[in-house]
This record gives sequence, structure tokens and C-alpha cells, in this order.
Amino acid sequence: MAELPGGQESVSARHNAGLHRFALLTAGATFLLLIAGALVTSNDAGLAVPDWPLSYGTWMPPMVGNIVYEHGHRLVATSVGLLTIALAVWLGLREPRRWVRRLGLLALAAVALQGILGGLTVLYLLPRPVSIAHASLAQLFFCLTVSLAVFTGPGWIRQTPRVTDEGTPWLGRLCELTTVALFIQLVLGAAFRHQAIGVGPHLLGALAATVLIVWTSRRARAPHLPGEMRRPALLLLLLLVAQLLLGTGAYLARLAAVDSSQPTPSFVFFTAAHLAVGALLLATSAVLTLRCHRRLLRAAEFPSVSSAIQRATP
Amino acid sequence: MLLRKLLTGTTVLCLVILVGCSRGEEAAQPQPPPARPEGKSVDSATAATIQGRVLYQDGQPRRNRIRMAADAVCVQQHQGPVYSQEVALNDNGTLRYVFVYVKGQALAGYSFPTPTEPVVLDQRGCLYTPHVIGAQTNQEIKILNSDPTTHNIHPVPQNNREWNTSMPPNANPLVRSFPREEVMIPVKCNVHPWMKTYVGVVSHPFFTVTGEEGTFEISGLPPGDYTIVAWQEKFGTVEQTVTVGASETKVVDFSFTPGGSTD
Ligand SMILES: [Cu+2]
Repeated sequence: MAELPGGQESVSARHNAGLHRFALLTAGATFLLLIAGALVTSNDAGLAVPDWPLSYGTWMPPMVGNIVYEHGHRLVATSVGLLTIALAVWLGLREPRRWVRRLGLLALAAVALQGILGGLTVLYLLPRPVSIAHASLAQLFFCLTVSLAVFTGPGWIRQTPRVTDEGTPWLGRLCELTTVALFIQLVLGAAFRHQAIGVGPHLLGALAATVLIVWTSRRARAPHLPGEMRRPALLLLLLLVAQLLLGTGAYLARLAAVDSSQPTPSFVFFTAAHLAVGALLLATSAVLTLRCHRRLLRAAEFPSVSSAIQRATP
Repeated sequence: MLLRKLLTGTTVLCLVILVGCSRGEEAAQPQPPPARPEGKSVDSATAATIQGRVLYQDGQPRRNRIRMAADAVCVQQHQGPVYSQEVALNDNGTLRYVFVYVKGQALAGYSFPTPTEPVVLDQRGCLYTPHVIGAQTNQEIKILNSDPTTHNIHPVPQNNREWNTSMPPNANPLVRSFPREEVMIPVKCNVHPWMKTYVGVVSHPFFTVTGEEGTFEISGLPPGDYTIVAWQEKFGTVEQTVTVGASETKVVDFSFTPGGSTD
């Protein structure tokens, strides 16, 4: 288990409350950034500002019409970029675990790449592959900031006995599978939104994601598992219900807006909310996956140890 | 680590897509228009005329209301509600903003000088005026901004180069042209998502856009067999064939229905 995050090094890690709060702030700001980005696409505002990195040749263009969404997105993105730089520096100075420091640098590289992709969408007039890559990397970057908040959190650093999962597949694997499936589903959603594919693959993805989430959530809500797993598992289910409703709403709003001369408020609301809840699903599943790796033992590999721990765990 | 693998994978994926895409961009750059050998010009003594009306067959079309609230300047320039111009029905039951043109094959062998007079497209009250325009290939299109707000003008062609330029209040007129035939090129403003216009670009002067009478007249045609096409934003295109003799005038009427077009 030594290769898993925090396996051994965490002995030397001390909980740094300020750093953790800052990581949480960065993740929260990133969530707002995702919504700001979603609003750009929903309002068809991606090209409302034709130049980049400046906006109409200045840092502050007139905030009218769709410029509000496009330039607002740039402002929030700049803030998240600055937060990420600060987080990476803070980690570099105060974080004893080398892999966490590196993860901070990776987040920094990701946000820089994301900014460049965003600029390319503007300069190349929204080429679909770039728009889809920008939307997909956004989700990964959000997961990255959420994991940094997890790794710096007291729950991760605290030493507690591990619990065994006897099921097949191992719950940690199942969570990984769900996380990957959710990410693919978000990419399919982005591809549909940017008109690269039809809605079919995204609907099939929804079916697969629903099955995986229900399965994962049921396994992770087993009574012998700790609350730090049961809680996200329950959250996954709630988010799933909300997401299926929002997805249906987004589709109906899209159909209703076909004849409209401009994006309708219901279309904007449902599509942006659907994207935001999708991001929360992915992040929740990622958090559950990480906690499985931190807290769960595989029954098959450690039969004697696991049963011993299981007896010792309430 | 799972996350790291995921991220590295996607980064690589993004870069690959990006490289592929930028190559695509280069490949998509339109070539300069093929040099046309000097052809003959039309003999005005025998030139024919085709005229007609564009009718709408189904009473009152549903009009889409435009919501301009996102920009107070736009709202201030209108009294009362503003409706989309995509289906503009005249009082006499005809349609406005229908692009009518002659299909090119019958005109092979002729060459037509590029008009020196530009086509004017104004941005006024956060709408394009006129709503639909036509231009000959390489003819200048002069774009004005009469509004005290910022517009960006962004054609989305298939055959010509795409561009996106901002026009702040009091901006100098923007003069552009399209070197290749294309019916129609959608043009939009991304600041005001309801703003949309279409430009029909053909390589000869035999085109027009219907106005408040819903009529059209195409004159100066050499005698021959022609296909006349009427394009309407919402209802698509209708074609009719017509033969005109020397100095002849023929009448061709078009009609559109919401389900598409008749004759
Ligand atoms: Cu505009």
C-alpha cells in the first residue's frame, strides 16, 4: 500500500489548517469558474470579445450584452489562475509531502494550459476540438483542486485503522471506474454541446453512469464503512437524481428554443446547471475514490489482516 | 496515481487535438479565387429581364420576440416590442428579405466587372439593416455601426474565410469582401446573440433581395435558359427554370409555405 497517496509520508505530515482552507477556497473558486464558462457557451458568448489576451484592446471592455459573460469568465479565470499560483507556492514552502507539492505544480500547469486553450478558442474562432478540450480539461482541473483540498485536509492526514472491503470488484476499483466513466460522460456532453456529435452517445453514457453510480453508492454505503465514505456515497445518489432531472430539462429547453432568435433563459439555466452538477458528481466520485485508497484494504490481498481489522472496527 | 494518469493523458490528448486542429485550420484556409479568363460581356441590345413576386401562402407567420435587455443601449432605441426579421411578411402577402439570384452555369463564358459601389450593411438599433444583403464576389461590403454600443461582426462562411472583428461606437466603417461564391453566408454579432444577417455572394450581378413590395427584377440577362433561385432564411430555397429570348421580359412568381416551399 506504500505507493498509494499518503501511505507512509503522512506520518510526517501535519495538518496545516490555513493551507487546507486555501485549497478549499481554490476549489470553490474553480467551481464558480466552471459555471462562468458554462454561461459563456450557453449564451453563445464565446466570441463576444474577438481579441485575446486583451479584451477590446483593454483590461476592462464595456460590460454589455454577451461581453459580460465572456469577459466575466476571463476575470474569474484570472483570479483562479492567481489562486492556483499562490496555492502552488504555499505548498512548495509548507507542504512536507513531495507528491502533494508536485500535484500543486501539476495544477498550475493545468490551469496555464487551460488559459491557453481558452485563448485559442477565441483566436481560432471556436474550433470544436479546442472548445471540447477546454471544457474537458476544466473538469480535470476542478478535480485536481478538489483533491488538493482532500490531501491537505485533517481527514486525510489523521491516522485511523483501515477497513476491509470484501466485495468484488474492490470498492476502490469500482470508484475509479465510476470516476473515469463520469469524466467520459462529461466529455461526451461537451462534444454534444459543441455540436461535434449527436445526443445519442451522451444518453448511453448517462445510462452507464447511472448504473455505476447506483452500484458504487450502494457498496460505499455499507454499514461497516466509515462516514467519510458513506457521506459522499449518499451525495452521489442525490446529485445523480438532480443531474438526470437537469439533463432532461436541458434537452427540453434546447428543443423549445429551436425557433428562438436567441438563447432562452430556461436553456441557459438548465444547460449551465447540468454542467455544474456534472462537475460535482465527478468531484464527489473522485473524492470517494481517493478515500477508498486511503482507508480501504483489499480483502483478497490481506485476508488475515483485514479480518483482524474488521473485528476491531465498530 | 489515478488522477495524475488521467491528467497527463488528457493533456497529451489536448495537445494532439490542438496540433490536429491547427493543421485543419491551415488546410481550411480558402485558396484565392481561380483566375477567370476574360469572358464576353452581355449585349445590352438583346438583354432580357426576369421579374416576379415572392408570396407567402399561410396567413400570419408566428413572430419571435427579441429580448434586448442584455444591453440597455439597444432597448433605448426601440419603442415597443421588437420582433425577429427572419420571416418578414409584407402587407400585400409577400415576403421581404428573400434573396433571389440566377444560378451560374448558363452564364459561363461571360465575365462581369466587380461593381465599384459598395453594398452597405448598417448596425442600427442592435439589428442589421437591411436584414439580408447580396454582393458580387470581391464587391466591397461597407459595414457601419450607427449604435452607441459595441458590436462585433462575425461571418461564418463555408467557402470563404471566417473572421471576427469588433466595432465600438463611432468606429470607422469596416470594408470587407468575399472572394468566392456562397449562398448564404450567415453573419452574427456575438455581443447581441439575436443579431443575425445573411450575405448572398454570387459571381455575377444577377441577384436581388426583395423589399417591402415583395417583388424582384433581374435585368440585363443574355437570352438563354436559367434556373432562378429564391432563398428565404427560415423556409430554405425554391428553384424555377425559365427561358428568356432576346429583349424578352418573363414573370416568375415564387411562393413559400411554413412547411417548406411550393413550386
Ligand atoms: Cu451587436
